[in-house]
Amino acid sequence: MNALELDQVWKFYGDFPALRQISFELPEGVCLALLGRNGAGKTTLLRILSGLMRPGRGSVRVLGADPRDTMARARIGVLGHGLALYDELSALENLTLFARLYGLKDPRGAAGQWVERVGLAASASSLVREFSRGMRQRLAVARAFLHEPELLLLDEPFTALDDRAVTTLQDLLRDAVRQGRTVVLSTHQLREALELATHVALLVRGRLAYYGTRTNEMLEDPAWLYRRYGEAA
Amino acid sequence: MKAAGTQAETAPRTTARAQPGFLGGAVAIAAKDLRSELRTKEALNASLAFSVVILLLFSFAFDPTAEETRALAGGLLWLVFAFAGALILTRSFARELPNDCLDALIAAPISAPALYLGKAVANWLLLMAVELVSLVVFGIFYNAPWTRRFWPLVGVIALGTWALTVVGTLFSALTVNLRLRELMLPLLVYPVLIPALLAAVQLSGPLALGEPLASDMMVWLRLLAGFDLIFTALALTLAETALVG
Amino acid sequence: MREKMLIAFCIVAAILLAYNLYVMLLVLPDEVSQGPIFRIIFFHVPSAWTAFLGFLAAAVASVLYLVRKDLRYDAFAVAVTEVGLAFAAVTLVTGMIWARIIWGIWWTWDPRLTSMLVCWLLYAGYLMLRHAVEEPTQRARIAAVFSIFASVDVPIVFFSIRWWRTQHPQPVVWGGSMDPAYWNTLFLNWIPLLLLGAAMAGIRLRQERRQRELEALRRMAHAL
Repeated sequence: MNALELDQVWKFYGDFPALRQISFELPEGVCLALLGRNGAGKTTLLRILSGLMRPGRGSVRVLGADPRDTMARARIGVLGHGLALYDELSALENLTLFARLYGLKDPRGAAGQWVERVGLAASASSLVREFSRGMRQRLAVARAFLHEPELLLLDEPFTALDDRAVTTLQDLLRDAVRQGRTVVLSTHQLREALELATHVALLVRGRLAYYGTRTNEMLEDPAWLYRRYGEAA
Repeated sequence: MKAAGTQAETAPRTTARAQPGFLGGAVAIAAKDLRSELRTKEALNASLAFSVVILLLFSFAFDPTAEETRALAGGLLWLVFAFAGALILTRSFARELPNDCLDALIAAPISAPALYLGKAVANWLLLMAVELVSLVVFGIFYNAPWTRRFWPLVGVIALGTWALTVVGTLFSALTVNLRLRELMLPLLVYPVLIPALLAAVQLSGPLALGEPLASDMMVWLRLLAGFDLIFTALALTLAETALVG
Repeated sequence: MREKMLIAFCIVAAILLAYNLYVMLLVLPDEVSQGPIFRIIFFHVPSAWTAFLGFLAAAVASVLYLVRKDLRYDAFAVAVTEVGLAFAAVTLVTGMIWARIIWGIWWTWDPRLTSMLVCWLLYAGYLMLRHAVEEPTQRARIAAVFSIFASVDVPIVFFSIRWWRTQHPQPVVWGGSMDPAYWNTLFLNWIPLLLLGAAMAGIRLRQERRQRELEALRRMAHAL
């Protein structure tokens, strides 16, 4: 089964096509780097894959099912810009809520385990309002991984992270792929993403300008892809 | 399901896991909303303060001991409930906007109707709390013996509040991303709610003054119950459309 | 809608209106109890019918939009709602003029008039909601949901206000009985109003389409 199957996907904002004729298949257990300028359609595509929006035309299959299907959503982990944490709840309360929503058998137990795993045990009962950016990031990652998702969708996860946090996240994602999970991440940070990626997709003004495996060429000269297939990043 | 040829530390779970189910999801959301609100008390305090102020102002504007004013009891109560309610209802989905929490909820495997219902129930409970306190204040300022018909009155208020909540919570979802949302929500909700408000006022008037309901008033009870049923069904049906673009 | 059709509608409407006015003012005698102002009913009632037709069409268009996701249904919905709103306003104003002349008061809380007022508020809210959403696809979706709620509410509003008024009667604008001789003119006057309504909706539809095209071009220009 493919992790993702898109066939002639279009998304319109009024009459303006934000995504045009997007078609590709992504096998499981790989890491896809979704590249493109601002406004190219990366976030729109990720939102459709996460089930936050419906495509205007075409078909989308995520883990073999419609993205809005609840069984599919239970196996997908999402990490967006905003980190999706409730400031007025504690770290444990945040994780317990999502553990419940994702149908985990022991929500509090799972929440407790993950709080420790991301090194926030000391602040487990503190309100997220008091957390630093780095702590929030760690908690958000815990929330995304909490339910052992088979597919991870990350929208610009390296933004505003210091070097250490970037490396930690890269290690986590590398492990995830090693465990057989599929990772899709959109990013401006070419180098960090290309180091992880096995597959690359480049969106230019809503069209899929390039889709294929990541080559060593790309790793040595990340901007090559943009020069060859699209506009400068 | 593992990538060919790799050593997996922990294989991803592919067995079917317990789904939260409709009710479980709704309860989790309701509990979260209540916990959030009780901790910050922003909307609750604003709502309570607003209702007490309106009741006070009315008793200065209209003589609270006069017979005519007592005849306005039902209308006054529901004006207060409707205005104070708007404060709580706007916050309902607006509280999910910081940090993009709404996205995480919609992406989670909870159906849109369950998400909506959880929020509606939480709003209903918060509103009922504000209304009960308002009733106490009303009883004091207007010397109204509202405890005489306590359970019928609470029943009517529960039904009327559900009408307000059902429509208000859905419109809160609809207007969550719009500018001027605090103004837009009441302007959209109140006209739709007119039949229910009419019924609630007719029923609450006598009950709040401790008097029994005449038999020809039962038509209002049927109207209110019917309104609640129809709009609950409509809201559950349209919840997904309202939340997912 | 083709421009020629719109012009044709307007011309036919103008002719019919002229004829009807002639009949109303010069041919028909004054009604026994109400006097000359009674003639306003020939505009009051058909306007109400046209308004409701507009609202019904909007409800159907809204459901169709949600099912088909074609923005043309959304354009139709807003066009007929605006026309409906205009005719509802005519109904309210003519009703108020009548009440002022017959009863001496501007507003009588007459059940039909009151219900029409609530409808007007509902659909004015629809237009206000549309103004608050910029992105066309999102606007169409949100407006359609609200339109469905409003449409389901309309019959309930009518029932509730009628029961309210039977329990607390107030002066009524029009009892409902009328000499059969008048029915002809009433229906005959409905036709030009419908034609005018259709023409206005047609103009609005074209405007919507052009607006969408402009929007799309603007976005494309930004994207370059």
